[in-house]
Amino acid sequence: MADFPGKPIQKELSPLEVSIEANRCLYCYDAPCTNACPTHIDVPRFIAQIADGNLKGSARTILEANAMGASCARVCPVEHLCEGACVYNTESDTPIRIGDLQRYATDSAREGNVKIFTAGTPTGKRVAIVGGGPAGLAAARDLLRYGHAVTIFESHDRLGGLNTYGIVPFRLSTDVALWEAQQVVELGCEVRTNARVGENVAPATLVAEYDAVVLACGMGDVPKLGIPGEEHVWDALEFIERAKTTGAAPGLGNRVAVIGAGNTAIDALTCSKRLGAERVTMYYRRGEKQMSAYQFEYDFAKEEGIEFRFFCAPKRVLADAGAVVGLELVRTRGSNNGSPRLEIIEGSEFVEPCDTIISAIGQSRLLNSIDALGVEHDGGVVRVDDAMRTSRAGVFAAGDCIFAKGEREAMVVEAAQQGKLAAASVNEYLGSG
Amino acid sequence: MADLASNLAGIKSPNPFWLASAPPTNSGYQVARAFEQGWGGAVWKTLGTPIVNVTSRFAGFNYREHRMVGMNNIELITDRPLEDNLREIAEVKKQFPDRAIIASLMEVCEQKPWHELVKRVQEVDIDGFELNFGCPHGMSERGMGAAVGQHPDLIERVAAYVKEVARVPVIVKLTPNVTDVRFSARGAARGGADAISLINTINSVMGVDLDTWNPIPHVDGKSSHGGYCGPAVKPIALNMVSDCARDPEVNIPISGIGGVETWRDAVEFLLLGATNVQVCTAVMHSGFRIVREMIDGLSDYLDSKGLRSVNELVGKSRNTITTWENLNLNYKIVAEIDQSRCIHCNKCYIACEDAAHQCIDRVRHGNNGAYDLVVDAEHCVGCNLCVMVCPVDCIDMVRVDSGVPAQSWKERSAAAVSTSG
Repeated sequence: MADFPGKPIQKELSPLEVSIEANRCLYCYDAPCTNACPTHIDVPRFIAQIADGNLKGSARTILEANAMGASCARVCPVEHLCEGACVYNTESDTPIRIGDLQRYATDSAREGNVKIFTAGTPTGKRVAIVGGGPAGLAAARDLLRYGHAVTIFESHDRLGGLNTYGIVPFRLSTDVALWEAQQVVELGCEVRTNARVGENVAPATLVAEYDAVVLACGMGDVPKLGIPGEEHVWDALEFIERAKTTGAAPGLGNRVAVIGAGNTAIDALTCSKRLGAERVTMYYRRGEKQMSAYQFEYDFAKEEGIEFRFFCAPKRVLADAGAVVGLELVRTRGSNNGSPRLEIIEGSEFVEPCDTIISAIGQSRLLNSIDALGVEHDGGVVRVDDAMRTSRAGVFAAGDCIFAKGEREAMVVEAAQQGKLAAASVNEYLGSG
Repeated sequence: MADLASNLAGIKSPNPFWLASAPPTNSGYQVARAFEQGWGGAVWKTLGTPIVNVTSRFAGFNYREHRMVGMNNIELITDRPLEDNLREIAEVKKQFPDRAIIASLMEVCEQKPWHELVKRVQEVDIDGFELNFGCPHGMSERGMGAAVGQHPDLIERVAAYVKEVARVPVIVKLTPNVTDVRFSARGAARGGADAISLINTINSVMGVDLDTWNPIPHVDGKSSHGGYCGPAVKPIALNMVSDCARDPEVNIPISGIGGVETWRDAVEFLLLGATNVQVCTAVMHSGFRIVREMIDGLSDYLDSKGLRSVNELVGKSRNTITTWENLNLNYKIVAEIDQSRCIHCNKCYIACEDAAHQCIDRVRHGNNGAYDLVVDAEHCVGCNLCVMVCPVDCIDMVRVDSGVPAQSWKERSAAAVSTSG
């Protein structure tokens, strides 16, 4: 992976800070941080293990609950989860820096090449996992520990999913994502890369050759904007992937317009800025309060010098001889109070000169893979029950492919938890089958 | 402003803060620096036949991120010639005539060497002697230090030798490495000592290195037990001071030693019956300058209590310590949790549940899954454990009127006997 300009966002704790912070933890009973973590990491326990000098044990506590514990230490919105629940959120105190301590413990395992888990006694059962992202890897890790043979079918040439390709390198470096994947591979996981179910992998083969299937294919490309000149618009995820893998984005230009206001939009904005674009602006058809990006992401973007334009929708891409020269937008009217009503203000069109337009308005659903497996879904959102079972016996699902907007957050930590639950459910299914 | 001047058995100092005989009082240079910062007195590093020391010599006992909660040393008495020490004592005394300089002495248990040493040392202008019967390591193997302090009759005998020739007050420094320190203190009193000082350091092994399996500290892979001191020993020292202060057969002034780091610690020693205090570890941790805060704090405290002299504190709490049989069995307090200050760490809950009397309940509060921690006041035994573990001090122990007059075990037993009789 290429070097990337700019410093990582997260500052590493010094050994002294680690000691002070770990010893400041109260070791709460029935701790709210643990309850707030979607994977229920035993936070007081892993922090106590840092404090008592058992870093391997600390990493084990974290990774046992969350196979993506190293990347979650970097990408989790901790102020909404563990740190937000810390009893030290008082007027006079600040919460324990749980995310930073989790990073310290998992870094120590990663840098020391510490082997924590081993595969279980072989059961003779085979499980296929569609997608080698956080959910698929988490499921694979536990299934291997249960003793099942696991094959991951990954559409990219490397494992890790969005952790490897979709999260900006200054928030999550590729080596961390790949290390997590490697931990799974080392348990004896078979990996087939560039394998797309419904394209070059026959769904019938999966169902026939494996005792169970876990669908963890995530989501697809950014959907179309539906405006003239669309062909000149970059897909934010493709852009981040290219930037993260090559450290560059040829043709980015000096003025970049990003459409959308979620966390991926923030990543596209800050990535553009760090790659050298002088003026990077976000355009969003609704208001600041409706942004789906986390507050800390928004704050970070502001610190990086990003500009924001609210209540304006893209109308047309202006291109000259195949090159983008501007974006025509139209002003919108809506309340800033969360109301879904949005009106286009006729005649309010205006043009913003720019060299590149990047769209980050969400992700499409991978209907090919989902339909190929013949599981029920709601507009591409795979239907599962509490045990991650789809409508089809022996087929389970986890991660972004079951993420329905407005329900849970599409977070790495949620995907890891769902992968873990799916693995437990598969194990039960195979045991009884 | 209150008067801090102190007088221990005739040894006067402008305040009750002395440096204990230890590494910080090893030389004239150090003691002069200490006096510049305001120390009221200094007990010079023990004089005797100069010894040879080993390296390393010290080790700290750390608790979590707190360093030197306890400390241990295997250093011996002075390793410098007597004449050098005496010359420096004279120089410092001349420079700081209002401060107390006490010469700590150690010798073998024979009259002649003690007489010679005492006479030689008091040729310079010193304010008192302190007999080191406490050093628990090294010197004790040669029949000195704690080897003397562990035998009340030897304490008495040597104290008497010194008193035969001493022209200044004599303090006997006691070792805590005995079963009942009052026997040692009584020996000192019988020998004619003018005061006692306690405690010297406690026998200790500081630890073992988990990688090398060597002891800590180690000298080329080996160690011997050392002397333990610092904040962690204060409760042990307070108990021994209190024991001596209440013993009618001791009845001589006490210089309190053991974990004194702030004016607050000093006040506790004084309240239990010490006339002054001696400090070492805190200085080894932070330097002589800490005495400025000690003086300020003590002075402001005395003013806040409306006391004119530090001596008014001495022994004020002496009689609050008694034997268990005299405690009121009918006194009852229970825990009360201030819900508005509780941060719900549940530490009181788990402590009470697992280690006390299962008297804190988690009561669901509303529908959002939150719990209140509520004390079962009927069954609470008032043990204080919840207060101790609470990180935000939101638990108070409140008095409950038991409706029964005070009665001690002793009284109850006597009443039972008289009833049955």
